[in-house]
Amino acid sequence: MQRNRERLDRICLARSNSIKKYRGNNSNMDNMILMQNVWKAYPNGVMALNGVDLSVKKGEFVYVVGPSGAGKSTFIKMIYRELKPTRGKIFVNNKNIANLKNRQVPYLRRKIGVVFQDFKLLPKLTVYENVAFALEVIEEHPSQIKKRVMEVLDLVGLKHKLRSFPDQLSGGEQQRVSIARSICNRPPVLIADEPTGNLDPETSWQIMDVFRRINEQGTTVVMATHNKDIVNHIRHRVIALEGGMVVRDEQEGEYGYEA
Amino acid sequence: MMSRKGNTVMKLRTMNRHLRESFRSLTRNGWMSFASISAVTVSLVLVAMFLIVMFNLNKIAGDVENDVEVKVYLDQSTTAAQQNQLEERLKGIADVQSVSFVSRKEGLNSLLDSLGTDSNQFQDLQRENPLPNAFVLKTNQPEQTIQVASEARNLPNVADVRYGKGTVERLFKFVNIMRNVGIVLILGLLFTSVFLIANTIKLTIVARRREIEIMKLCGATNAFVRWPYFIEGLLMGILGSLIPVTLVIVVYHFAYYNLSSNLSQMFIRLIPFQTMVTNLSLLLVGIGALIGVWGSVSSVRKFLKI
Repeated sequence: MQRNRERLDRICLARSNSIKKYRGNNSNMDNMILMQNVWKAYPNGVMALNGVDLSVKKGEFVYVVGPSGAGKSTFIKMIYRELKPTRGKIFVNNKNIANLKNRQVPYLRRKIGVVFQDFKLLPKLTVYENVAFALEVIEEHPSQIKKRVMEVLDLVGLKHKLRSFPDQLSGGEQQRVSIARSICNRPPVLIADEPTGNLDPETSWQIMDVFRRINEQGTTVVMATHNKDIVNHIRHRVIALEGGMVVRDEQEGEYGYEA
Repeated sequence: MMSRKGNTVMKLRTMNRHLRESFRSLTRNGWMSFASISAVTVSLVLVAMFLIVMFNLNKIAGDVENDVEVKVYLDQSTTAAQQNQLEERLKGIADVQSVSFVSRKEGLNSLLDSLGTDSNQFQDLQRENPLPNAFVLKTNQPEQTIQVASEARNLPNVADVRYGKGTVERLFKFVNIMRNVGIVLILGLLFTSVFLIANTIKLTIVARRREIEIMKLCGATNAFVRWPYFIEGLLMGILGSLIPVTLVIVVYHFAYYNLSSNLSQMFIRLIPFQTMVTNLSLLLVGIGALIGVWGSVSSVRKFLKI
């Protein structure tokens, strides 16, 4: 066990070094997300990420795939600093967030939209209030809030439901509200953790259409997913994680696993 | 980007929101808030009653302490030279602050004064003064009277040494015990109410946990999340101190105006009503606010780690 671990470490280090050399020739300025030799060990000893090296360019659309326990969620949580890497550097918008002070985290989060499988809407607030909530808590000006909320609700096609409560909406509609909320502050990058995980196939396509529109406006989209159909039909870059390592990174790649 | 004026306006608006949020939470979790407020009320009532007694005991002890002096009575046969020698030796005792001579005549006069205007009845005494000459010693610390008294007793030409022997010793012991027991009791009570508030708010937070999580994910600062809880704790603490403050006013009014005439016959003077009520009320509101805020804010901390 211990020997295997060491061997793995050596391989990872060699690999990451070679990638670093390659990176050195590139300008970093057009990177939205850049991870350099990122490791994550949980307190219980589980190694979730083992030396991840990758970059996501501005405006890119990236799928993150891999079996359960491959480290996808850890990877995602690392970007908006719910988790800190044990080792390595993570640049978001050219700022290293690995050593970001806790009181700086809110300002990082204002530059990152996050969408979850379970929507995370507040049940006692209407659609409008749920979206406006995100702008209120960062103390945006009220007149701006109203204007912007209407814009994003229009973008996700839910302008007519702004007075509804979440439990009066379908799953797909709820996810669209959650997407609207995540982009209302115009973040340059949108992170989605299994956004279609709770939705039926038909609704999932609608959600993907919303993501496409957001991506076309210049927002970088990073989406962790298990949805084989979507990955194989709407071709984008695919990053496959296994055992906490990047095992595959292809432009217009396939899902590559049995559903 | 934002002008200075714009910023202030924004702050006011935000504060408005925090106030609204905390009031909403207070009313929405009505029974929980009631429980928290009652916890503060109960502990503050006990604290208040205890403090009334403690403050007054302290004052009385202080009054007595300042009065504590050692009287050294001389033999009737003492000569002037012996008297001077004794004075030097008394001054030589460690911890003696001052030594003053009270002649038999002065002693008698002050005794008659303290008995009141009706001193004519004591004409006899003036003709044949039974009092001896005396030295009055003051010590640096009231606690030192006992030591000083026993040293003075062993000097020549001393007929007797008097100080409020039993009373002083017992009073000091009593005040000390009361002080210590009081501090332990008060701290215990206060911690209990902080704990109760923290727990009550924790119960209501579980429902608001999701809200905090979303706020944090949207980029709200910890301070922004904490403000409504801070205000809520403050309100609960202050509301909880209202009944104790009223009670202090009523109880002390009664104690001061009805009991103090009885007590003054025993040479005991209570702390004036105005002083006591103002200080204690401020103290109670302060303590209430402190435990409210502490309980409330400490219960959010765990949920901010997102």
